[in-house]
Amino acid sequence: MSERTLLAVRGLTKRYGERTGCLDVGFDLWPGEVLGVVGESGSGKTTILHCLSGRTVATAGSATFVQRDGKVVDLLRMPEAARRRLARADWAMVQQNPRDGLRMSVTAGANVGEPLMALGARHYGKIRGQALDWLGQVEIPLDRVDDLPATFSGGMQQRLQIARSLVTRPRMVFMDEPTGGLDVSVQARLLDLLRGLVADLGLAAIIVTHDLAVTRLLAHRLLVMRGGEIVESGLTDQVLDDPQHPYTQLLVSSVLPP
Amino acid sequence: MSEPVVPLLRVRDLAKTFTLHTQGGVTLPVLRRVSLRVDAGECVVLTGPSGSGKSTLLRAAYGNYRAQGGQILVRHRDRLVDMVSAGPREVLDVRRASVGHVSQFLRVIPRVPAEEVVAEPLVAQGIPRERALERARALLARLKISERLWRLSPVTFSGGEQQRVNVARGFIGTHTILLLDEPTASLDAASRGVVVQLIREARERGAALLGTFHDADVRAMVATRVVSLAEAEAA
Amino acid sequence: MSAYNFAYLDEQTKRMIRRAILKAIAIPGYQVPFGSREMPLSYGWGTGGVQVTASVIGPDDVLKVIDQGADDTTNAVSIRHFFARTTGVRTTTRTDEATLIQTRHRIPETPLRPGQIMVFQVPIPEPLRWLEPRETETRTMHALEEYGVMHVRLYEDITQHGRVATAYDYPVRVNGRYIMRPSPIPKFDNPKLDRSPALMLFGAGREKRIYAVPPWTPVKSLDFEDHPFTVERWVEACAFCASRESFLDEVIVDDKGGRIFVCSDTDYCARRRGQEA
Repeated sequence: MSERTLLAVRGLTKRYGERTGCLDVGFDLWPGEVLGVVGESGSGKTTILHCLSGRTVATAGSATFVQRDGKVVDLLRMPEAARRRLARADWAMVQQNPRDGLRMSVTAGANVGEPLMALGARHYGKIRGQALDWLGQVEIPLDRVDDLPATFSGGMQQRLQIARSLVTRPRMVFMDEPTGGLDVSVQARLLDLLRGLVADLGLAAIIVTHDLAVTRLLAHRLLVMRGGEIVESGLTDQVLDDPQHPYTQLLVSSVLPP
Repeated sequence: MSEPVVPLLRVRDLAKTFTLHTQGGVTLPVLRRVSLRVDAGECVVLTGPSGSGKSTLLRAAYGNYRAQGGQILVRHRDRLVDMVSAGPREVLDVRRASVGHVSQFLRVIPRVPAEEVVAEPLVAQGIPRERALERARALLARLKISERLWRLSPVTFSGGEQQRVNVARGFIGTHTILLLDEPTASLDAASRGVVVQLIREARERGAALLGTFHDADVRAMVATRVVSLAEAEAA
Repeated sequence: MSAYNFAYLDEQTKRMIRRAILKAIAIPGYQVPFGSREMPLSYGWGTGGVQVTASVIGPDDVLKVIDQGADDTTNAVSIRHFFARTTGVRTTTRTDEATLIQTRHRIPETPLRPGQIMVFQVPIPEPLRWLEPRETETRTMHALEEYGVMHVRLYEDITQHGRVATAYDYPVRVNGRYIMRPSPIPKFDNPKLDRSPALMLFGAGREKRIYAVPPWTPVKSLDFEDHPFTVERWVEACAFCASRESFLDEVIVDDKGGRIFVCSDTDYCARRRGQEA
């Protein structure tokens, strides 16, 4: 257990005037582990991601992250330039709606190749080769490489977004409802894909979802959110099989058996 | 005279109460101060009436259920870890390396082939995938799962076939402690026989096993010691 | 002299534009916003270029104005007359005589000298606009050197056409830092920007931006390692002066499809024939 935490969040708070987005949220994330954040709408789970990714400015708290070069930085206090640079190379975000995470007016291959070009890749053949490789990994037929994402189904768009976000081999990924809005069979395929990728790449991931089945499949640990606060946390199977907090018990018992 | 005995699993005054908040806060004290120990080479069979907490004890030892009091000490990488108070990452490490759990049904993930389900614990221990798959296939063959099923997801298997996959997954690793919760339920006689052999082999390599078996014959063949839950609570 | 201030613009405006120009020269390739004025010609006809010229022109300057390489097209003639009337400076069609050259869509073939100033008319200054409509976002991208999208553009070209199909206004990297649109000059002219002895000023009147490339600045056209930047080549030579080095225009001469290729730079062609343009 001498391994270092990758991300340490303490006291993360976001207030919107009188309303609380999230309150005093704290957790650690280790390399290669998946943390699930569950809760219903308005629980604050997405607010956490927005604060960490810089989309929103947190009211209070810290989020120390260990960069690839070993330097420790506070994501909440980084200058925007540094944060955007980090976002290009060290961590990635998968949005709930794939259209928000893709460039809809460029081809699938260009979508996957862009992060490489942004980091200085200058060989067309190699860039295209890597793009094709990734399309294969996310099970998108290779002959779609020159098609526009608008011609893809929702599930395929989401897989394309995943390829685009992982192509630079980030060490940490944030996912916001990665299976939201997808058909059940499509969800299963996507989850299996994510499971494999997370394991193969040794990714650390924070997955925000309202779907407990997703967390059981993907997450090692779980945070249960309600009203902006963490009400329970622990090993995924333990929180889902032996929930302690009244709200967690309610959440777990409300899930219809398949 | 005897060699110093290595206690691999020691439960001390374990207390577990369920509080059902969704049902008016009803409390169910299932385990009250349970103590027992399992040493290397032993297979301790837990007995007791249905609903008395045998399964709960096994799950608590695996870190799947939370205990309210007491300790569950397991030997893990040359030290003792208390599963009651250990943090999530430590529990995961203990499960990876030292403590295995075989329940009575397989949690099926669609799309993952049976041989990969079985190989996973070895892969998690760092064994190269190809070698892990070879051993998985060997074990599946032993449990009479036909080869044409190896690359299929257990989603479509019968209950008995799924349980055999589950058993294979549970026994493939080199866990020093194995927790077995009705592992032979839904298995035919031949398969039960293989499970008995697997238990023997585990004991022979020095593992400590704690399990429940509703089948009296199997109990007789595997148990080195029988402990009733009631006894363990009084101890 | 007419009733206008020298070079039409009032002195305050000239001062504001000169400040913008100085800033632009200090940060090669960086787009400096400026308070573009209403000029006596419509947007899209060179108001930016005219404002830049008006701010730098002095009584001792010799002005040349070209449009698509020619001194005698309507726009070139109008702008040249405009400055002649409002400044009284000498005008010329000879590149080697000019101190100040305002151009639309071409750089002269005759090599430029130190001390000469080129003023380019720019329609759209922002190279990232094709993919990112928000000004706030493009400014941030320039500030953070987030230029991946420019190579995406080239990637898409190669994917669609087998090669980079951009023929004019081909994006360049200035001094290893800012990516710039060199205005709709053919890519044939891009190499002339690289370490030119002349000062290059770019004015976009409608978009209200000025940028600059100081003399001797490295300017590199974007490309891929396996698809390097290349310029246009013709099989034909100029029908008038036989040049094989200059940019040629294709001219239809009859209604049977007959065509000839002639130098787009009229002064260069005339010089080679030993005549006035």
